[in-house]
Amino acid sequence: MEVDDFILIEQSSMVNSKRGIKVQNPYLPYPVRIDEIITETEDKNLKTFKLVFINPDDEEKFAYKAGQFAELSVAGKGEIPIGIASSPTEKGFLMFTVNKVGLVTSYLHAMKAGDIMGIRGPMGNWYPWDIMEGKNVVIIGGGFAFTTLRSSIVYMLDPANRPKFNELHVIYGARTPGMLLYKDELAEWEKRDDMNMHITVDATDDPDWKYNIGFVPTITDQEAPPGDADTYAIVCGPPIMIKFTQPVLDKLNYSNDHIIMSLEMRMKCGIGICGRCNIGKEFVCKDGPVFTLDQLNMMPKEY
Amino acid sequence: MKFIKIDKESWAKGLERLDDSFRLFGPVKQDKFHNFKELDKGELPDLSLLNTRLSPKSVVYPQSEVMFEYTLDENKEDHHILKEIDKDYSPRAVIGIRPCDAKAFLVVKPNFDAPEYKDPYWIKSYEATTFVGYACDTPCSTCFCTPAGCGPFHEEGLDLLLVDTNDHYLIKVITEKGENFLSAAGWGAEVDADAASDQIETMRHTAEAKITSRVSTDELKDKNITDLFEASFWEEAAFACINCGTCTYACPTCWCFDIQDETYGYYGIRMRNWDSCMYPLFTLHGSGHNPRDTKIQRVRQRFMHKLKYYVDKYENGIQCVGCGRCIRLCPVNIDIRRVCELMNSYGG
Ligand SMILES: Cc1cc2nc3c(=O)[nH]c(=O)nc-3n(C[C@H](O)[C@H](O)[C@H](O)COP(=O)(O)OP(=O)(O)OC[C@H]3O[C@@H](n4cnc5c(N)ncnc54)[C@H](O)[C@@H]3O)c2cc1C
Ligand code: SF4
Ligand code: SF4
Ligand code: FES
Repeated sequence: MEVDDFILIEQSSMVNSKRGIKVQNPYLPYPVRIDEIITETEDKNLKTFKLVFINPDDEEKFAYKAGQFAELSVAGKGEIPIGIASSPTEKGFLMFTVNKVGLVTSYLHAMKAGDIMGIRGPMGNWYPWDIMEGKNVVIIGGGFAFTTLRSSIVYMLDPANRPKFNELHVIYGARTPGMLLYKDELAEWEKRDDMNMHITVDATDDPDWKYNIGFVPTITDQEAPPGDADTYAIVCGPPIMIKFTQPVLDKLNYSNDHIIMSLEMRMKCGIGICGRCNIGKEFVCKDGPVFTLDQLNMMPKEY
Repeated sequence: MKFIKIDKESWAKGLERLDDSFRLFGPVKQDKFHNFKELDKGELPDLSLLNTRLSPKSVVYPQSEVMFEYTLDENKEDHHILKEIDKDYSPRAVIGIRPCDAKAFLVVKPNFDAPEYKDPYWIKSYEATTFVGYACDTPCSTCFCTPAGCGPFHEEGLDLLLVDTNDHYLIKVITEKGENFLSAAGWGAEVDADAASDQIETMRHTAEAKITSRVSTDELKDKNITDLFEASFWEEAAFACINCGTCTYACPTCWCFDIQDETYGYYGIRMRNWDSCMYPLFTLHGSGHNPRDTKIQRVRQRFMHKLKYYVDKYENGIQCVGCGRCIRLCPVNIDIRRVCELMNSYGG
């Protein structure tokens, strides 16, 4: 067990109430303040929230890994599971990018810097960083599912971590240039020589567009390295992208246990208790959200 | 093993005495039906019935439960911050719980009391509770506790077992918690253990013989999850279901809940409420996508969870104690015994 895992368990472990020791409540959010809100996309439907812990000690308790998620809690509205977009190597804040769809997300979009909310977590498993050490990593993302992939890229590019991984390839696509997340960082990553960055859009009439045009599966076919025992693909995106990327990875010889995906189910508790998010016997909140294609093939197709 | 005899007059007196040190819960008639509720001072549990409509899971896990409170008043220093509230975890006892319903708490325990995460509300309530079971002499036609791994005199999950011998009650002391309860009640007329044990054994055999439902569960664990999931019988099994959710609300082993915030002016609470996999909203994503959009998928989820996913995940038998409530209350006669048989025998 690694240190971070230990903290996770420690934080939620409960000491017998009869001995009068304070019981940790895994449903109780840490209070946070919204430090900054950044509108990411041209349709203004995606905003990034930078959150800062009100009690500085909580940051340490919230030790997380790239690929995990958290429950964002807004008093009076409820909680939503959102992938952690910041990297564990970035200290002093947490970052989440939220698509506006319903009750809580719409309310969040109307909040402002300085407002108080809460956060529970970190939750779920993470991308298999220990297994991927020394290996090539190919990140394939589409739309706003790029959040935990950003976390992963920043994590791997950290000077202390970059030597731990071999080649790093990133293929990231959105409908239009204006729908890409984290545009400044994407431009920086394009310039680096220690990673292969392939940005693409479905279509654009922008004459200055310097990058690819084409769907993510097509660009994957053209740019991704062939699969082998030392190469892992992490795939996150809308169902349609996943559906058409899978055959491309098959063709490139990626084996199912080298294809890693992150799933989404409606959630409430986030800790495997409320019974809402199961696929077969797995609770996506606790046993996932990260699964290999091999694992998914053994589970009912109900997601 | 220790056995106590209580004549029926001292029953009421003991309960009255217990009122000082325990919150007492028991079955009472409310409107038309019996349910478990907290007994008023002097109110006696009604032990004349076979079992309550809803299970006593609410004694530990209420249908609605406040988790936190908050204020939205920005003039208050801790506005928008959720705070824990004081809850009553003083000793409580549930009197007249049937053995099946008591075992149900052990069936749901691995969910609320998992190695990684502990549900503080369930655990503290559970630990505060003394379970005074009431043996079943006349199980009904829908009961199938014995094939479900339980039984009319089953002791798992009980602190005391109360047996009605017509002219008096015999109490079998199962745990220390039960012992403490007895001394608080002042019941101490110990009887010869061998004779009492023999008498109870005879009654147990008679009661068990009355359970005629035969359900096989032995093959479930060896089936493949995806095979069962794709089995051909689900459409037919789900055909009549109207997704009313009655089965899940009445069931002692169904544990799913929803979390909601409710605000009154500036003051608000975060609460949890029983929920049901039978409702389409249960899994509806904000995007409109719903992985369990049809009733077949939802009926399949209920039975697969109880009879396969649970079996594989916890290696603790099936997630059902055979109380028969879902069978008795289903408006369209969907019968878990039949579905279990279909699953258990699927694929030869
Ligand atoms: C592991 C995980 C990571 C996610 N990461 C992101 C992210 O980085 N950015 C992002 O914008 N969205 C993400 N989502 C989706 C996001 O959780 C939903 O869009 C959000 O919960 C919708 O909430 P709402 O109140 O606005 O919608 P409503 O439709 O009003 O939903 C009501 C409630 O249902 C639940 N719910 C509804 N849809 C979902 C859903 N798709 N997943 C889980 N719970 C749901 C929530 O509790 C929500 O408050 C993620 C989901 C999961 C499971
Ligand atoms: S599934 Fe039906 S028979 Fe089994 S415990 Fe629940 S209500 Fe009782
Ligand atoms: S009680 Fe019967 S009709 Fe109602 S949801 Fe359950 S199985 Fe369906
Ligand atoms: S969200 Fe509650 S079990 Fe997964």
